[in-house]
Amino acid sequence: MKWNRRKLIDRIMSNMSAACVVIAIIPLVSILYTVTINGISAINLDFLTQLPKPVGEPGGGLGNAIQGTFIVVGIACLIGLPIGILSGVYLSEYGENRFGRFISFVADVLTGTPSIVAGMFAYTFIVLYFKSFSAIAGGVALSVLMIPIVTRTTEESLKLVPGSIKEASLALGIPKWKTTLYIVISTGKSGIITGALLAIARISGETAPLLFTSFGNMFWAKRLDKPISTMPEQIYTYAIAPYPDWHAKAWAGALVLIILILVLNIGVRFVTRRKYGM
Amino acid sequence: MNRRKLSGDFIFEAVVGFFALCILILAFLLFRELFVESGLSRNTFGLGFLTSSTWDPVKEVFGALPFIFGTLVSSFLALLIAVPFSLGIAIYLSELAPEKLRTPLSFIIELLAAIPSVIIGLWGIFILAPFIRDYLAPPLSTYLGFLPLFQGPMYGLSMLTGGVILAIMIIPITSSVSREVIMTVPTHQREGALALGATGWETTWIAVLPYARSGIFGAVILGFGRAIGETMAVTMVIGNSQKISGSLFSPSNTMASVIANQFSEATSNLHVSSLMEIGFLLLVISIIINIAARILVWKLLRVEGGGRA
Repeated sequence: MKWNRRKLIDRIMSNMSAACVVIAIIPLVSILYTVTINGISAINLDFLTQLPKPVGEPGGGLGNAIQGTFIVVGIACLIGLPIGILSGVYLSEYGENRFGRFISFVADVLTGTPSIVAGMFAYTFIVLYFKSFSAIAGGVALSVLMIPIVTRTTEESLKLVPGSIKEASLALGIPKWKTTLYIVISTGKSGIITGALLAIARISGETAPLLFTSFGNMFWAKRLDKPISTMPEQIYTYAIAPYPDWHAKAWAGALVLIILILVLNIGVRFVTRRKYGM
Repeated sequence: MNRRKLSGDFIFEAVVGFFALCILILAFLLFRELFVESGLSRNTFGLGFLTSSTWDPVKEVFGALPFIFGTLVSSFLALLIAVPFSLGIAIYLSELAPEKLRTPLSFIIELLAAIPSVIIGLWGIFILAPFIRDYLAPPLSTYLGFLPLFQGPMYGLSMLTGGVILAIMIIPITSSVSREVIMTVPTHQREGALALGATGWETTWIAVLPYARSGIFGAVILGFGRAIGETMAVTMVIGNSQKISGSLFSPSNTMASVIANQFSEATSNLHVSSLMEIGFLLLVISIIINIAARILVWKLLRVEGGGRA
């Protein structure tokens, strides 16, 4: 009797934990399904290349938002990638001391910064200074989110480079900085690129920090110091508006954004997995 | 020759060291900017800012209590839902699942974390909120309606919806960190229990989970940190009402959502400064939470030689 009860509990709990996995996957499936179904009907060439139209007028698209997203993410990369990658190099190659460990810890804690706080920071730092919402402010806000992620992934992937390779290079009389540049970094390159691409995927979908930095715009972007439209911000505007036509556009925009981000994510993981034979 | 080598090394280390220093400067500036900009609000309202529930931009009286309340309640609700699921997922994927399924399944669950929160919010408005209104709320109010938690009308956009959407969003991080922590538990722990005749579940419950306890706690705190900082999805489904209500069915608001909703429209200095103070609080809380979580998780992963936390 006792034996039976124990076996029964084992069965029940095992099945329950498997059920947890299934239930946790349901929202993901539902999101992908509804975004695809609702988005696909509104997507066409015009949607991807035209400017948005005012309420009531049919047609129009997200062309400028797609352009804006690339510009703002591009600015974020220009700021975030050099700082992130180089400080990652420092932490991995020179960071075995108090200062290095502290910075590594700070970077780790910064990855948990609420994204909206990064937006407020860019607002006080850039928007107040230029007295205008701007693409640059949006890029700065996103770079704040990007830097700690890139730093940590660079650090981790360079730490995986075997010490024997470094020692071999140093033993040949190659100075440490050249060893780091030509041996360590090029060995750990794929890890750094993976981290950078995942960080780009992450910030491309960020909305909160853009609401009061890049703000939004109904026209094509011409200048970096003026408000600019981005896909996430445009999706948000369309989603909370009371017009069914705009809702359809929100779904279509979501589909474009989700494809962009999932391609980056799945692609990157697929490539790295094959490389390391996992 | 020797000198050139030395100076090359020196320059390189100085350059990369400078960029590393940038991270410290960034962290300092983040903190300082929000602190300075919230000065006006701190001077005007003092500590009363935290305990007053009046938020009136017209009369310029600001108290953050409704938002602190909303953030805490929605995040705890999210934890209440997400923690059992995350634990189940972590246990299944590290202990019980067939070897072949483990990597693909955990990849799929972590994929949820890659979906932009604005898209989850969009799904929340049009799919989740109606679902909760039509299928979850009626039985709750029928069977548990005697509790003040489940009283009043339910329109879909509510604290409950906010909590559920947050739970969905923190499951990936809580479950994947828990899973990593559980995987660091030494095999001999399991073998000992199995040798004594424990079933698979008993092994997990008696020998594995207690060993990973502090790390799992860290994972939960990490999830909590995500929940309080999460903005868009919650903003879109929580209903944005400043009334403090005991019912999970009524609309509410969180610290992050009030910033998202009002910041770009705030015109008076005091209004902006008050929002800044909320942002500052959010930053401080998330820093504390992250430090606590990292320490708990790190202890395990670092000792066991695991790399990432």
